[in-house]
Amino acid sequence: MKVNTMAEMMASGTMPEYLFWVGCAGSFDQRAQKITKAFSLILDKVGISYAILGKEEACTGDPARRAGNEFLFQMMAYQNIQVMNAYGVKKIITTCPHCFNTIKNEYPELGGNYEVIHHTMLLQSLINEGKIVLKEGGAFKGKKISYHDSCYLGRANNIYEAPRKVLEILDAELIEMKRCRSNGLCCGAGGAQMFKEEEAGTTRINIERAEEAVATGAQIIASACPFCNTMMTDGIKNKEKENEMAVLDIAELIAESMA
Amino acid sequence: MEMIAPLIFLALLATAGFLFYKKATLIKKTILLGKSEIQYDEPGRRWKQVLLLALGQKKMFKNPLVAFLHLIIYAGFIIINVEVLEIMIDGMTGKHRVFLPFMGSCYSLFINVFEILAFGVTAVCVIFLVRRNILYIKRLASNDLAGWPKTDANLILVVEIVLMSLFFLMNGTDQALQNVQAPHYAPTGSFIVSSMLVPNLSQLPLDTLVLIERSAWWLHIIGILAFLNYLPYSKHLHIILAFPAAYYSALEPAGKMKNMPSVQNEVLYAMDPSKAPTDAALPTTFGAKDIFDLNWKNLMEAYSCTECGRCSAACPATTTGKLLSPRKIMMATRDRLEEVAQNIHQNNSFVDDQKTLLHNYISVEELRACTTCNACVEACPVSLSPLDIIMELRRSLIMEESSAPAEWNNTFSNIENNFAPWKFSPEDRENWAKEN
Ligand code: SF4
Ligand code: SF4
Repeated sequence: MKVNTMAEMMASGTMPEYLFWVGCAGSFDQRAQKITKAFSLILDKVGISYAILGKEEACTGDPARRAGNEFLFQMMAYQNIQVMNAYGVKKIITTCPHCFNTIKNEYPELGGNYEVIHHTMLLQSLINEGKIVLKEGGAFKGKKISYHDSCYLGRANNIYEAPRKVLEILDAELIEMKRCRSNGLCCGAGGAQMFKEEEAGTTRINIERAEEAVATGAQIIASACPFCNTMMTDGIKNKEKENEMAVLDIAELIAESMA
Repeated sequence: MEMIAPLIFLALLATAGFLFYKKATLIKKTILLGKSEIQYDEPGRRWKQVLLLALGQKKMFKNPLVAFLHLIIYAGFIIINVEVLEIMIDGMTGKHRVFLPFMGSCYSLFINVFEILAFGVTAVCVIFLVRRNILYIKRLASNDLAGWPKTDANLILVVEIVLMSLFFLMNGTDQALQNVQAPHYAPTGSFIVSSMLVPNLSQLPLDTLVLIERSAWWLHIIGILAFLNYLPYSKHLHIILAFPAAYYSALEPAGKMKNMPSVQNEVLYAMDPSKAPTDAALPTTFGAKDIFDLNWKNLMEAYSCTECGRCSAACPATTTGKLLSPRKIMMATRDRLEEVAQNIHQNNSFVDDQKTLLHNYISVEELRACTTCNACVEACPVSLSPLDIIMELRRSLIMEESSAPAEWNNTFSNIENNFAPWKFSPEDRENWAKEN
């Protein structure tokens, strides 16, 4: 699999349909890299033309802005928008709900206007178009799967159906957690919490969420955000259920099931 | 007495009206201490929010039973006002049941509707009192409500029960008087609830009946006027402010944070000095340290909060025992507003009291616990945003006080130098694509 950068595409005089915005977690975090690879594998198989920014991509500024550091956010936004506008980027796909939210909702008033698509949305439309073909007797057939809503997809952007619709084609048993959709419980990572110790309390947020996940009896917790993925994986470990349950991104579930 | 009663009534009405007007003006002035930075366009979509959220109580119906009970009180409150209109006219003209001659036989139907509603309201108030004080419901038993807020909530329920009872007593004695054909008490036909009181009341002497009827009438209307003046001091101000709060609630995706054009421009001028105007005025403060730095919508929302705690019941921080409670954020903002209003009232203009919303009312620890998950905004029946206030205070903490946990400072410098929140070389960003 060869992943092109925008610079390489530009040099060869072509333009991809999509910019794949990988995000910091997707680029550097070892666990999230697997999600990135799974998703680019799907893109490759389906034959979607895309490229990444590579070294030219920088943090969207989401954690800085939500921690309160507007200066740093504006610096990152300025830099990213300059780069993307220079390439004439029109459509962006990303596997990170935080990048999705920032580029889609916060970059336009700073001069960055793009059509931004989260990978679960793209997967849903690929399925609808019949472009994703699954193996016979897929790996997840009949398994119990519970989807954990990401705050930045769900409440922040009203995307509740796409991830669930994608999961439906796995022919698995989908179970909802006690708090789901607009009532979904946060994994604890948002608002730059990912990058600091939690404040003092009676329990950790990811442990509370892991308890709900365990209560469903699911074998797989499906996530759609690299940060939720980390938080849920840690929570499940804390409950010593890592041998019975796996936390997998929707892109990984589809990539593994594709023919 | 015939002549004097309307005069006393008018005096009461005028006093109550004047006091309410004065307090309402003060609250409006206090709310307008906030900044006016937002454009509120798209009136069509906004009116729809009013219809859905305020009139239609859409979000209340996440819990249908409680929504239904609340709806009875709410519908009762609005519809019974029509009856209050008759009472007002009676009071001012010295007449008795002024609508009766116009409505004829429809009149008893008219009053019966109110009586059924009033009965419903009484029953629901009793249920709510039990819920608040006997059953254990976490969000209602929370420490957020310790002291006055708890009393406020109970007081209003008791007052409603008393008002409704006076209404029944007034109608019951009226019917008893009609039965003995007392002068001034024209026959109305029987009323569905209060007629049950008649057998007992009929045993009383005529004078006593008249005395009870008149006392109930006066106490009922005085109670209503008192209630009106109590509203602005109570969480029940939401009866009025829920409407503008719904109108001004955000239309954009909830994940979008408010931009800071001043910072945007400063960064732009730093990156591209040719764009900088020579007379660019530096913004004086970043984020909010006190209520003056918030916008008027935030301040109005603090006054609109019903203290119901649905936000905190949904908040991942509150439910895992962190100090943060979004309801407390709203209540603290209102408390500070009231304090500033008092200050301005006493001194004609604000005199520095060495206090600020940040630190004196809302602590750093609370602010640090928020995951910006939007659960509070989603849960709030009036769509208030504690998150908005939290974010403005966080901005002040970071940009004015440089107060951040050490880990965040590391994150900031990583983002600034390595373009990622972790200490990786930007050169390695595409390495994942090479290791297949
Ligand atoms: S946005 Fe913050 S205050 Fe609101 S529910 Fe989430 S963590 Fe709590
Ligand atoms: S902010 Fe909304 S949900 Fe929270 S207590 Fe106030 S009215 Fe209730």
